[in-house]
Amino acid sequence: MAMRALVGCKRVIDYAVKVRVKPDKTGVVIDGVKHSMNPFDEIAVEEAVRMKEKKLVSEIVAVSCGPAQCQETLRTAMAMGADKAIHVEIPAKEFELVQPIHIAKILAKLATDVKADVVILGKQAIDDDCNQTAQMTAAFLDWPQAVFAAKIEKDGDSLAVTREIDGGTETIKVNVPAVISADLRLNEPRYATLPNIMKAKKKPMEKKTAKDLGVDLTPRIQVISVEDPPVREAGQKVDDVDQLITKLKGLGRI
Amino acid sequence: MMSSELKLRVLSLYKNLLFMGRDYPKGYQYFRERCNTVFKKNKGVNDPKEIERLINHGEFVKKELQALYYLRKYRTLKRRYYADEDEMTKFRNLSNTIEKYERPD
Repeated sequence: MAMRALVGCKRVIDYAVKVRVKPDKTGVVIDGVKHSMNPFDEIAVEEAVRMKEKKLVSEIVAVSCGPAQCQETLRTAMAMGADKAIHVEIPAKEFELVQPIHIAKILAKLATDVKADVVILGKQAIDDDCNQTAQMTAAFLDWPQAVFAAKIEKDGDSLAVTREIDGGTETIKVNVPAVISADLRLNEPRYATLPNIMKAKKKPMEKKTAKDLGVDLTPRIQVISVEDPPVREAGQKVDDVDQLITKLKGLGRI
Repeated sequence: MMSSELKLRVLSLYKNLLFMGRDYPKGYQYFRERCNTVFKKNKGVNDPKEIERLINHGEFVKKELQALYYLRKYRTLKRRYYADEDEMTKFRNLSNTIEKYERPD
């Protein structure tokens, strides 16, 4: 079993950055803010690389959709072990309104084009937290899906995937081709070191547009307002139980 | 005089460390200053064995940094996305304990 893997890597605001909302409430500040690969996508890339090390996968193609800077994200993926990359260029302005459905269509088309046997994606991105792309990609391809993967093993000609579910895990068998989404505990992603980043510069990167792939990016949503979460109100100290009960009664809670 | 082979290794260690410093929690500037101080402190070292030991120490610091970055990211994500899961586990344990007290057989 030597499969070709397609992995998605979204470029998002770095997890350690404190996100600020623009004063006009149209979005968040992205200019001059550190960006990096979505941590769940790092897990997806790592899993593909480990599958390649186990000879389950023969080639890893990394994909990223978005503005030109996404190429840095793809370099990171290639430094981690992806063999080649496809950058689907979408201008920053247009990218603001791009949703999982658009990305899923792009990924489905690419998966068919590169003859991928397995598509591995992060379960969600830490910026919009949609958690839809893997599921929709599977639907567009009409492939089985194994989402929230915590463990992936070979099982004959299929894959046995252990999934994170409420209060435990579930192990399912999926035939390939399949779409898998990576959960936090799937693996520990390796660090993209400087020498590997340098080597990755020699790996091939293809540039495409959504139009080349025949995907219509017409926005399906309109951003009405982006706001900060409400600030937590300060607590109060009470001297004894009686006072607590009086206060709660005053607030109408009991 | 340092052999050119050792010199290259020291240089690449320095570059690798600075590259990793970009992700340092306290910022690149902070990391760069510390890193430079340490390299300057040892610039007079001439004994090849001692240089070898210092390079190995630098490689160890690189590994530690990688572990630090990984753990920091993992913990942040766990706190952000799986906090209620921990709460649920605690709640389940608590209700099990209560049940045990109510039915002590």
